[in-house]
Amino acid sequence: MSVPRFWRRLKNLYNLIGTHCEKCGGFFYPPRNMCPKCRRNGIVNPFKFKGAGVVVTYTIVHTAAKDYAKLTPYILAIIQLDEGPRLTSQVICDHSHIHIGLRVKSAFRRLGEESDKGMIYYGTKFVPMEPKP
Amino acid sequence: MRDVAIIGVGCTEFGELWDKSFRELFVEAGVSAIEDANVQGGKIDALYVGNMSGGRFIEQEHLGALIADYSGLASLHIPSTRVEAACASGGLALRQGIIAVASGYHDIVIAGGAEKMTDVGVETTTDALAAAADREWEGIMGATFPGLYAMIARLHMYKYGTTQEQLAAVAVKNHHNGTMNPKAQFQNEISIETVLNSLMVADPLRVFDCSPITDGASAVVIAPAEIARKYTDTPIYVKASAQASGTISLHDRPDITTIDATVAAANWAYKMAKLKPKDIGFAEVHDCFTIAEICAIEDLGFVKKGEGGKATESGMTALGGKIPINPSGGLKACGHPVGATGVKQAVEITLQLRGEAGKRQIEGADIGLTHNVGGSGGTAVVHIFGREK
Repeated sequence: MSVPRFWRRLKNLYNLIGTHCEKCGGFFYPPRNMCPKCRRNGIVNPFKFKGAGVVVTYTIVHTAAKDYAKLTPYILAIIQLDEGPRLTSQVICDHSHIHIGLRVKSAFRRLGEESDKGMIYYGTKFVPMEPKP
Repeated sequence: MRDVAIIGVGCTEFGELWDKSFRELFVEAGVSAIEDANVQGGKIDALYVGNMSGGRFIEQEHLGALIADYSGLASLHIPSTRVEAACASGGLALRQGIIAVASGYHDIVIAGGAEKMTDVGVETTTDALAAAADREWEGIMGATFPGLYAMIARLHMYKYGTTQEQLAAVAVKNHHNGTMNPKAQFQNEISIETVLNSLMVADPLRVFDCSPITDGASAVVIAPAEIARKYTDTPIYVKASAQASGTISLHDRPDITTIDATVAAANWAYKMAKLKPKDIGFAEVHDCFTIAEICAIEDLGFVKKGEGGKATESGMTALGGKIPINPSGGLKACGHPVGATGVKQAVEITLQLRGEAGKRQIEGADIGLTHNVGGSGGTAVVHIFGREK
C-alpha cells in the first residue's frame, strides 16, 4: 500500500479511532463517514474505542501474501468490540489459546514491512485478556 | 422487457495454459460460441467482457477494445464493454448482456469472461485476488482469501457442527464431476484423505479445500427469445437474472456464515422466475472454497441453514442426488479463471439443459441455476435458466 494511503489512516490504525453516529447511536470501526442507517441524516463524528472485545471467529494463516510471509503461521480473527462494531485483525497469543469467545484487548504492534529497507507498518493487533487455562 | 435466450455457448479448456494469451483465450471461446449459435459476425450488436484484474495479471486494461479488435470486430465499431465485480465479473457480464437484449437496445449480444492468471508469479496472483476484499481494513491486517473463507468455515463448524470431512466431501464430489468434463483443470478422483492430508493454507482450510489458479475463457450468445429458434432448435431461456450487493468486508456481514447478497439475489431471482428453490433441478454454485459451496446451498434455499455439510456428505448434491451441484466440477475441479467463471456456469447449464453434457449429463432436469460471488460476498449474481420460457 502506498505511503500516503497508509499515513492517511494512521490515527485510526494506531489509536483505534473510528466514528460514531450521534443520531442513531451506531459505532463504526473501520470508520465510515456515511452512517448506513441514517445515511445523509446522520451526524457522524470521530470516536475512540476502548479496545476491549471478543473473538467472533478466527483462522491460523499458513500461506500469506508476500509482506506477511515472515509472520506465518499467524492468527487472523474477526473481533467484536464492546461498543458493537466488528473488525479484522491479528491476535497475538499461543495457538492453543485462541478460541471463539476469547476476550481480547487492543495492542500497538508492527503490522508488516515492505522489505528490509521499505516502510514498516504499525497498527492495532489484539492480545488475550484472559490467561491461558 | 423481452424474453431472452442463450443460443450459443463456447468455452476453452481450463488450466495452466502457458502457450495461450488472454486475447487468444477470449477469441477461442467467443468463436466457438458464435459457431455454436451459427451467427455471422456482422449480426453481433454488442460485446460484454467479464474480467477481474487484467491490470494486475497481464498489465492490460481497456479490454473491451482489445477483445473487439482481436475478434475482428473493430471495423464494425460495435460497443464492447468490460465489467468487473471481482470473481463475479463473468456473472455480471452475462447479466449486462441479458439486460441489453431484454431492454430492446441490442438483439444479438456476446457475453463472455476471461482471465489469464499464470503470466505472473503466485504472490502477485494472491495479492491481485486479495483486492476483492477490503484492502485498507482486511488486507492490511494480513487477511488472505483463504483466510476469510476459513473464518466462515470456523464459525460454521462452531455453530452447526460442520466437520472437516463434510468440507472435504465437497472437494471429493466436485473432483469426481471433473473427471467427466474434458474442459476441467483437474480430471482426477480424490478421496477424503487426500483433502485432510493436504497442506494447511488457513486453518481449517487445506489446499484441496481451495479452487485453483486457472487460465480460461467462456462465452455465450444471447438473443431475444422471439428469434432464438431461427438460430437453434434448443434455445435455453433466461428465466431470471438477479444481482445483489453486500458489505465488502466479511466482518461487517450481519451473519458471518451467511452471504446475504446471495440470499437477496436468490430471492429476487425466484420471484422473477415464479419458482421456489425446490423447483430447481440442479445448479452451478460458487465453490471458490469447499465451505463456500456449503454456504451457497444453504443461502440459495436448497437446504436449511447449517445443514449444507450434512447434505453434501449424504450425497444429496452428487450427480445422481436430489439436487446435483456443480456438475461441471465447479470452481474446485473445473478451475476458476475468475472473470470467466460466471459465464462458464451458464455454459454448463446450457449444455445440461440441451442434453449435451456427455458422461456428466443429469437426466430429466429442465431448470438450472447459476450462482456467482464476488469477494467474500460483496456481490452475488444468480441466474435461472430453463428449457421452456
